[in-house]
Amino acid sequence: MKYWRAPLDTNEIQVIRGKVYIIKDRCKGCGYCIEFCPREVLEFSKEFNVKGYHPPVVKSDGCLNCHYCELLCPEFAIYTKEVEVVEKEEHAG
Amino acid sequence: MAKANQKVHPLEELIRTERLPHIWCPGCGVGTVFSACLSAIQETGIDHKKFTMISGIGCSGRGAGYVKLDSFHTTHGRAIPFASGIKMANPSLNVIVFSGDGDLFAIGGNHFIHAARRNMDITVICINNFIYGMTGGQVAATTPHMDRSATTPYGNPETPFNLPLMAYASGATYVARWTMIHSRDLTDSFVEAINHRGFSFIEVLSPCPINYGRRNKIKSLNMLKMFADNTIIKNNADPAQLDIDFKKGIVLGKFVDIDKPTPDENYEKICAMRE
Repeated sequence: MKYWRAPLDTNEIQVIRGKVYIIKDRCKGCGYCIEFCPREVLEFSKEFNVKGYHPPVVKSDGCLNCHYCELLCPEFAIYTKEVEVVEKEEHAG
Repeated sequence: MAKANQKVHPLEELIRTERLPHIWCPGCGVGTVFSACLSAIQETGIDHKKFTMISGIGCSGRGAGYVKLDSFHTTHGRAIPFASGIKMANPSLNVIVFSGDGDLFAIGGNHFIHAARRNMDITVICINNFIYGMTGGQVAATTPHMDRSATTPYGNPETPFNLPLMAYASGATYVARWTMIHSRDLTDSFVEAINHRGFSFIEVLSPCPINYGRRNKIKSLNMLKMFADNTIIKNNADPAQLDIDFKKGIVLGKFVDIDKPTPDENYEKICAMRE
């Protein structure tokens, strides 16, 4: 995100990061998680699952753990979990 | 298939995972509403043994079969009478009716009206997919005017029900409408409805990609975009203005939230004193 000036508390704020877990064989390939992810971290994979659908794969690590894919998935096939962020000391100075 | 690090979905404790994958088509919204309902059950923090899920016949009626709670899959249209009976027999239970528009409003319409009139302390979740999905896409009481179905190939000549108005007019004390894409508001609304004393009714608009979408040339993804773009969130809107017309925009929100005594309380007050 671009700001016209950096907010004063940029260094203090910890952005929550998430990790996406996909249970491939439950997916029916509706694409809702891919279409509605606000950070666009998912895409269709090339490979097939057991039922012949293309499950999503994570393409970038922008997940902010908003859980929207988890809420929207009709198949209970995707969920996110918060990951511990390592303190970035070098940015503070 | 035992994996070293088995992935466990957060709602796994509430689903009968051995029955997954469920029968709902790819792109069907019932699964999302179902998961919102389960999240709401988790969020209330009430003991799972204090919940019962009742559903009638139809696609969404399968919900009762997938939930790891005490549940009933009842005869067509009779989900609300079963729920009322359970609530009367054991008032400590939180009774959730999870069913579709055809089941609750076509064959079970009268039961709905009278449960709302009595203000039975149950939560009714109606998944409105605008059509009879399971039986092959016949015109339903909620199919919008001029929409195509298997039995109305030239467009539906009739006017659909305005479900929140009907619920309000019959005496429901909590009425809300959301779509499946507003899942956070939906979950909050379910939590509110479960905690609400009296008859709570939530209509959830959901896409039916196979029987409604295919005949009306709407892909399920476009239907969701339509839900996102052509809806207006307006709490406390006049229930008479809530008819479904995508061109005009569909009004969502919480429309009614009033406090009225339930039949149990009235019975205690009026009849039990005389005995």
